[in-house]
Amino acid sequence: MSAITNSRTALPITIRGVTKTYGDVYALDDVDLDVSSGEFITLLGPSGSGKTTLLMVLSGFNRPDCGSVMFGDKEVIRMSPHVRDVGMVFQNYALFPHMDVNNNVAFPLKLRKVGKAEIADRVKKALDLVKLDGLGERRISQLSGGQRQRVALARAIVFEPQILLMDEPLSALDKNLREHMQIELRRLHEMLGMTTVYVTHDQREALTMSDRVVVVNHGKLIQIDEPKQLYERPLSKFVASFIGESTFLPVTVDNDQAMLNGRSIKLAEAPASKDGDQLLLLRPEKLEILPGDGQGGDFNRFKGKVKDLVYQGESFLLYVDLDDGPEISLRSSTRREILDAVPDKGGEVTIGLHPEDTIVVSEDGS
Amino acid sequence: MTAVTQETMSKELNADGLASDETRERWMVLGLCGPALFLIGIVMVVPVAWLFWLSAVGADGTLSMENYERLWQSKSYARIFLTTFQVAFVTTGICMLIGYPLTYMMAQLPRRAANIAMICVLLPFWTSLLVRTYAWLVLLQRKGLVNTWLIDAGIIDTPLRLVHNFTGNIIGMSQIMLPFLILPLYASMRAIDQDFVKAAANLGAGPFNAFWRVFLPLSLPGLFAGMLLVFVLSLGFFVTPVVLGGGRIIMVAMRIEKSISLYSNWGAASALAVVLLIMTLACLAVAAKLLKLDKSQSSSGGTEG
Repeated sequence: MSAITNSRTALPITIRGVTKTYGDVYALDDVDLDVSSGEFITLLGPSGSGKTTLLMVLSGFNRPDCGSVMFGDKEVIRMSPHVRDVGMVFQNYALFPHMDVNNNVAFPLKLRKVGKAEIADRVKKALDLVKLDGLGERRISQLSGGQRQRVALARAIVFEPQILLMDEPLSALDKNLREHMQIELRRLHEMLGMTTVYVTHDQREALTMSDRVVVVNHGKLIQIDEPKQLYERPLSKFVASFIGESTFLPVTVDNDQAMLNGRSIKLAEAPASKDGDQLLLLRPEKLEILPGDGQGGDFNRFKGKVKDLVYQGESFLLYVDLDDGPEISLRSSTRREILDAVPDKGGEVTIGLHPEDTIVVSEDGS
Repeated sequence: MTAVTQETMSKELNADGLASDETRERWMVLGLCGPALFLIGIVMVVPVAWLFWLSAVGADGTLSMENYERLWQSKSYARIFLTTFQVAFVTTGICMLIGYPLTYMMAQLPRRAANIAMICVLLPFWTSLLVRTYAWLVLLQRKGLVNTWLIDAGIIDTPLRLVHNFTGNIIGMSQIMLPFLILPLYASMRAIDQDFVKAAANLGAGPFNAFWRVFLPLSLPGLFAGMLLVFVLSLGFFVTPVVLGGGRIIMVAMRIEKSISLYSNWGAASALAVVLLIMTLACLAVAAKLLKLDKSQSSSGGTEG
């Protein structure tokens, strides 16, 4: 339906063996990644993890030491940025302050020698698409943060690139606007179908928007999975702790059997990693308070004393000192029957974890 | 309506006290500026007013326009003003041609190297103007270093006339004025976010287009400021044209000096000064208008993000 339709098919991206070092530090360490045609993939990692470096290699602003980047079946690793034909939204938008909105959006079309009438037409359609119709004459300095973000997006898609790169495009916006834009970007992607590589350090943003998420740390791709799989079945302590809240209890694994303080733990799936000392992942919202003496039902049980209860409106956090372990936290909705069942401070409580949610991860992800 | 509002206002808690605090604070700020305003009045406003007064007094001590009439009637004065503007114009042009690429290079260098380059630019700035001017005389004269080298290298047979003429004056003045162009231009180029150039490249602009369509327009305010500074300073230049012009280049400042030291004609000198002042202000006004136009285009945003 949209004006900017993808007459061409979106290009897949194939990354092989890309390495970039700064002195002794590996910004990218032998990175392999396949992004399929039209996929929305997010590079997620802490600052300095190499996620932005990888994006800059794709856009051509960073020259790696070695490796291969293919857009479709075209090798682009030695191509200059201006001939790569990828759209990019910069973190600070990089809108040209000496041009108005129309001229900013028309910029890539002028360089491609598109006719005047067609430029006007396509600029208008791109601005309509990002809901900025009628603001074409505005100066960049007259726009709000959210509007600038939209102009940057319009400018990046107006020349119909088959690949779109975004470098933390929402990080400068306030929380409400950011969440709104996440949904809108997602819709826009579904409409346009460009292969999209998105960089963020915000785990919620990554889970909300992506087809697949790539967790990056120390220049390596730690885990590549769909959002749900990544959250429910993290493979390493790093992924489990970077995405979502988590507490870890040390367990020993032997023959697919996990033992916590000499007790056997029920697992729905055998641990992904090898035998030895590993970690049991406890997420606050996966735990529940078992009623009464805590018997019955198919649960892994943890006994402890209530330390503190923090009421947060729609949910509450319960801190529990385990009898044979550290302090853990439990999150639950504030429905009356749940809240009423919470013992007073110092009271005994039994906490249950469903075997399906019982995940054992390794320290290093191997 | 207004009366009612005001009455309720005055009944507000502490409204009167707060209002009088506000007034007192304003007077205090003005009071702090007082000494400076007084000084400016003594050393700027009074002398300039005196200059205007002197220029309007004739030889017989009465008010007359004879000084201005003489300026208007004599062709030699017109020629002097023409020379002055020619020199200022050419100097500004040459400073721009040399200064822009040099500053561009400095702005691309890493900070450390750029600082060293900046010291190289400023070093001559800290040496005496007179010393530098005479140094140029030594370099450029008939049997100076430049001519000797060129002849020894077999490039020319007869010495070039590089000094005691327009060329010599321009060479000297351009060298002296260059830092005035580089300093504001460098500041404005450093303020241009590299992401603008990157964005241009990402959108399909090759190196030339990225420079021409993005970097150059963003650096223009700094360039204009530098050019204006060079132009205005050049209009009133004295030492360099005296030494390097060899009497062939007569600028307004030199004529003013002659009027006073040779003829003791304060009226004529003042009239020359007033005309130059007004012409300079006119140039400033035109330039300010151009600059302002440009500023509205590129202000803010540059520091954005």
